[in-house]
This record gives sequence, structure tokens and C-alpha cells, in this order.
Amino acid sequence: MSDVQLQLTDIAVNVMAGSDVKNLLSGINLTVNKGDFVTIIGTNGAGKSTLFNTICGDLLATSGTIELAGERVEKDSPEKRARHIARVFQDPKMGTAPRMTVSENLALAMHRGKRLGLRSRALKQKQAEFLRISKQTPNGIDQALDKPTEELSGGQRQALSLLMATMQKPDLLMLDEHTAALDPHTSKAIMELTDKIVRENDLTCMMITHQMDDAIKYGNRLIVVDAGHIVADYSAEDKAKLNQADLLKYFA
Amino acid sequence: MNLWISAVGQGLLYGVLGIGLFITFRILDFPDMTVEGTFPFGAAVAVSAITHGVSPIIATLLAMVAGMLAGLCTGLLATKGHMPLLIAGILTMTGLYSINLRVMGRANLSLLNQANLFTSKLLGGMSMFTSSVVVGVIVTVIVVVLLILFLNTEIGQGFIAAGDNRVMARSLGINPDSMQVLGLVVGNGLIGLSGGLIAQNNGYADVSMGTGVIVIGLASIIIGEVIFGNLTLSQRLVAVVLGSIIYRFVILIVLKLGFNADDLKLISAIVLALAIIVPQIDERLHLRKALKNGVKMDE
Repeated sequence: MSDVQLQLTDIAVNVMAGSDVKNLLSGINLTVNKGDFVTIIGTNGAGKSTLFNTICGDLLATSGTIELAGERVEKDSPEKRARHIARVFQDPKMGTAPRMTVSENLALAMHRGKRLGLRSRALKQKQAEFLRISKQTPNGIDQALDKPTEELSGGQRQALSLLMATMQKPDLLMLDEHTAALDPHTSKAIMELTDKIVRENDLTCMMITHQMDDAIKYGNRLIVVDAGHIVADYSAEDKAKLNQADLLKYFA
Repeated sequence: MNLWISAVGQGLLYGVLGIGLFITFRILDFPDMTVEGTFPFGAAVAVSAITHGVSPIIATLLAMVAGMLAGLCTGLLATKGHMPLLIAGILTMTGLYSINLRVMGRANLSLLNQANLFTSKLLGGMSMFTSSVVVGVIVTVIVVVLLILFLNTEIGQGFIAAGDNRVMARSLGINPDSMQVLGLVVGNGLIGLSGGLIAQNNGYADVSMGTGVIVIGLASIIIGEVIFGNLTLSQRLVAVVLGSIIYRFVILIVLKLGFNADDLKLISAIVLALAIIVPQIDERLHLRKALKNGVKMDE
């Protein structure tokens, strides 16, 4: 069985900007192996989120192929790709249903990528499992299982989004600046929780971040995106030798 | 007394309309204008079917199916035709006006001397007022119980999530467009059912009977929310029906005060406007009072 979890080959994404064609991504070739934790940095507008949107299916690639866990998915809808991919967004409000309770959100996440049926949601039977999972978080989600998520703080919501994304062990976990909207203390706690969950479950993960220290500290690989291209790809050994100043040159 | 019983009966029958609108307006969070075409469509189908010798129960079910088809049409226009839901609803509503005329063959079709659901032998010769309450209770209980059961299934939860957060729903593999179509089909099915029941209760269907029904549905939802406050989703379905009955009482009181029946649509609009505005004023007054008390405590 192949070790490759994600294979992007010659990916280009072009869009019309008025009467001109704009290249958002071009010549993207990327292989991510099982268990890799890839951190991604780049300036605003470099194409990091476009790359994520293309992998998730929110944007269709103009050309090239995307292979996920051995399946070609470049023509699949985002809903279909959810069988393989779980994503945590930058905005804590985007990852949860605000009027549904924490338990209801977790119950939905248990079915990620699966066909929903007319079976009862059986919340009560799942409560012990939800309690166990939510106790991993540092910010008291286990005390709020029956609360609507709109009553949670941003940090609690983001921790819940992370739990929801990982409880079914996705083939690829995509973290889109998921700590950027949080205060430094909460951001650190969520980042530590992320690292713990990724390690314990041996997940394959890609994480966009603007925190240079996080990009260096976490994961076993670092890539730099600029003007729609991957301009640098550091292995674990190279990454270990990096310091923040080395990376700041890409932001000049 | 009969007028009050009739108001309860009509409230229950219009409550089904309120629940249908609740599905799109509150759960899926968009305004569905199809309602004003679907309601008379259900009425037209039920009355036409009865006048063609179809049994009232089957005719009532046909009214529901007709409503579901209208909802499907709006849903497909919005999702496959990539148009705003408001426009899709207006297009279906406008088209249904002509379809309703075709179904009835004229602008108004009476059920004079025809048996209908409310004069059924099963009801043992009850008065029209009492039978409207009995039929209303039976239909409402069936609709509310089935909806509660549905909303507590996996797909029902996906349906709620799609209305709550489309982005999140997609990221979990739920197709929000499919859920939107499902909501429009179920919601308009109930609105068609309500139209079919009201037409039989009134004894006729009229091509213009949809004008303003969206206000009646919204009033039921909002009055229920204002009076009963924070409730679970299942409880809110019951609150919509109670809101619909209260709305009928308000209209009855207004008419008893001597207002002209021709002004009913204006009165309905004012009742809805007040139901929306008064709680906001009340909230501001409470906030002002609370702030004032807070300042005093600090002093």
C-alpha cells in the first residue's frame, strides 16, 4: 500500500478578472505522505488558502490532478471530498452550527462524509463518548455539551471544531490559520491540543499559519507559497536548522 | 361562542401553514415567497378534485402533493438554476396564479352541496365549527409528531445544520442545496395541505386566497416566539400552532370592535409589525432600566 496520502500534479487555478485571466495557482506539484504534518507559510494573497480551497473542492482546478488516499478527486464536489478531508477554518464561527448544541454538533461530525439516514440521532447513547472526547480540551467544553455553540467563546468553538474534524480520523486534516482569531493564550492551548491529537492519531495534516515559530516548531515539513507557486519545501532535517529570520526573507 | 370555536379551528388549520413556513423561514433561514402561490394551489387542487368526485381525504393528500411539487420547482430553480431563492419563489408564485386558474377553470370554485373532510360521516354530524377543531387537532398532531421525529433523525439533524451553517454542513459532507430542496418540498407540502383544508372549511377555493398568507404564517411564528420565549426546536413547532390560534383571536377581537372586514389584510400586517416591534422596545426599556439600576448601585 502506498504511503502517499495526497498527490497534486501540475495543478493550475485560473480565474477571470475583468477581461484578463488571473493565475491564482500554477505548476503546483506536491506529495504529502501518510503521517506528514506540513506547515504552510506565505504572504497574504500568495495562494495558501486558494491551495486549500482547491484541495477541498471549493475551487475547481483549471488543470492538473488531485489524488487523495488513492482516489482521483479533482472533479468531486466538496461534500464528496469530505469523506477524506476535514477542515478547521480561521473563523471559529465557520466550523460549527451555532443554534445546535455541542452534542448535536459532535453527533453530526461522527457522520462526516457518510450518507445520512432516517435512523435516530441517538444523542443520549453517545453522551459518554462525547464527554470522553471533549475532556481532552483545555477550555471546558465537557461542561457545555447541552449548550448551543453560539454561547461558547471563540476558543471553545475552535476547540470543538478541531474535535469535530478529528473524531473520525480523516485521511487529511486541513488547518486554515485555525488559531489566528484567538488570543495568544488560547491560541497556544489550541495549538498544543492540535499537536497532541495529530500525534496520538497519526493524522496526515496540512496547516497554514502566519506564526513563524509555530511553522517551525510543529510538523515535519514546511512549505512556502508565493505568487501561486511553491517556492520552498523544507524537510524535517532542514526545518530543524531554520530560525524565524530565515523565513522572514520570503515576506520581504 | 361558535365564532371563538371557529377561530380555534381556523387557527389550527392555518397553524399547518405556519409550520410549513417555519421550516424555510426559521430552520433554513430564508424567505420563501412560493407560499402565496402554494396555498391557493393546494386549495384549487383539493376543491377541483372533490368536484370531480375524488374522496375528500385523497383530495386533501393531493393538495399536499401539489404543494410539494411547487416547492420542488422553487428548489430546482434556486439550486440548479443558480438564482436567489427570493426570485425563485416569486417566479413559482407568479406561475402558479395561471396554473391555479387552469386547475379550477375559473377564478372561484365552490364546494356547494359537495361532501368534504369537515362534513365527513366519520365526524358523526358535528357542526362545521366543531369539526374544524377536530380535524385541525388530528392534522396538527400528525404533522408535529412526524416533523419532530424527522428532525431527530440523522438526516433531520443534517437538515438543521445546513440551515444553520452552510459552510460547516458542506465540510461535513452534507449537500446544503439538497437540504434546501428538501425543506422547500416539505414546507410547501404543508402549505398546500393547509390550503386544501382551509378551502374545504370555507367551502370554496379562490385564485386570490394566497394574497397575504405569508403574513399570516409569519405572524403565527412570531407571536408564538414572543409569547412563549426560549423553547427547544420541537416545542417551537407547537408554539407556531398556538401563535396561529392567538392570531385568529386577535383578528376576531379587532373585527368585534367594529373594524371593516375589508381592512383585514391591513390589520394583519399591523398585527405582525407590532409583534416584531413591541418586543424590541420592551428589550430596550429593560436594558435602560438595568443600566440605570447598575449606575445607582455603583454610586
